Amino acid sequence: MGALVPAQGGEFSPPGVGDFFLPPIFLGVTKPMLLVALSVVIIAAFFLVTSRNMKLVPSRWQFAAESVYDFGRNNIAREQIGSKDFRPYVPLILALFTFILVNNIFGIIPIIQFPTMAHIGFPLALSVLVVYPVYHFVGIRRHGFGGYMKNQLFPAGVPKPIYLLLTPIEFFQKFFMNPITLAIRVFAAMFAGHLILLVFTLGGEFLLVEAGGALKALSAVSFAFAILLTFVEALIQVIQAYVFAVLSAGYIGMALASDH
Amino acid sequence: MLYTSMILAQEEEPSPVVPHLSEVILGLVAFLILLWLLKKYAAPRFEKLYEERTSKIEGGMERAEKAQAEAEQALEQYKAQLAEARTEAAKIRDDARLEAEQIKEELRAEAQEEARRIVAQGEAQLQAQRAQITTELRGELGRNAIELASRIVGESLEDEARRRGTVDRFLAELDASGNGAGARK
Repeated sequence: MGALVPAQGGEFSPPGVGDFFLPPIFLGVTKPMLLVALSVVIIAAFFLVTSRNMKLVPSRWQFAAESVYDFGRNNIAREQIGSKDFRPYVPLILALFTFILVNNIFGIIPIIQFPTMAHIGFPLALSVLVVYPVYHFVGIRRHGFGGYMKNQLFPAGVPKPIYLLLTPIEFFQKFFMNPITLAIRVFAAMFAGHLILLVFTLGGEFLLVEAGGALKALSAVSFAFAILLTFVEALIQVIQAYVFAVLSAGYIGMALASDH
Repeated sequence: MLYTSMILAQEEEPSPVVPHLSEVILGLVAFLILLWLLKKYAAPRFEKLYEERTSKIEGGMERAEKAQAEAEQALEQYKAQLAEARTEAAKIRDDARLEAEQIKEELRAEAQEEARRIVAQGEAQLQAQRAQITTELRGELGRNAIELASRIVGESLEDEARRRGTVDRFLAELDASGNGAGARK
């Protein structure tokens, strides 16, 4: 990257964490805060308007809403939790999936162009304050506290001495790592993806404006990469939303399962 | 480069891995509002629609099965009726044949009777005509013979008694020889 910084003109300052913490727009309200509120409005409007007057034979918009609902219901919730218990968790899984999806997609929508989940506070709120308590709560409600702990920490079919090793690992994983990794996964992907897009876009801009001669032409390469990576980013944003929802459903499913 | 910039940023900016409390709270509240809306309004509508769709499809299948059963029953009924009609037709045909046979027999008997009657009548008529003709011929022959004989003999055979006796005798002789010739023939 250093080689790209030309000698003449101004110094190229690469994008960094500072670009993720822009000053508040008004009264301490920042861009990601507005975007989160916007995402709730968008998703709620999408589902409530399309489901207001549902027909057995769906219209185009109803079909779109049904497809998303079906995906959250059948492909994520039912697959992970099992067809017996999944019903009550469909709204939760659907909300997680669409909420993260829309906030991620914000990263490549022109003008908005900021993935809300690149601020770790949002995914942490979802994983530590929503998913984590939910899966422990439903597990304890299903098996009782003792039964749940035994299910989670002492998996069946393991030789007794192994528990010395396995139980602390299981405990550490179930009670500390799961919620943290769930949040960090989507946060890191969004953060890194946005940073890469910034680097190529700002680098191309700098080359075009400041660099001289042949180096100016290189800005085209930089912009091309930015466009290419935008498509990659779109894919990653969808996948991360899907992964978050699948893992959340998986945790709930594991907590409900009678055997490990 | 990223690493150094992060180090640099850390000096002046908050670290990206330290959550902002305001964002955690906002994220949680926003998500819970969304969750509540989806749970309260969206999900029940979708589930209701699915149930309706399922029941409609199942109801349709049930109706189709019922219709098929009805059709099969109707077919059975028609088949039974058809078989019944066939046996009845066969019976009627047999009866008709029998009756025809009987009628033919009766007609034949009647015709034979009629034929016999006609023949008998014809015979009787013939007998009567023969008798009449015989009588007429007998008279004629007698007259002719007498005329002939009177011409030949030249004498009058006006005498009633003699004439009858002679003629009758001649005729009886003629009859006897004629009959004898007929039997011989």
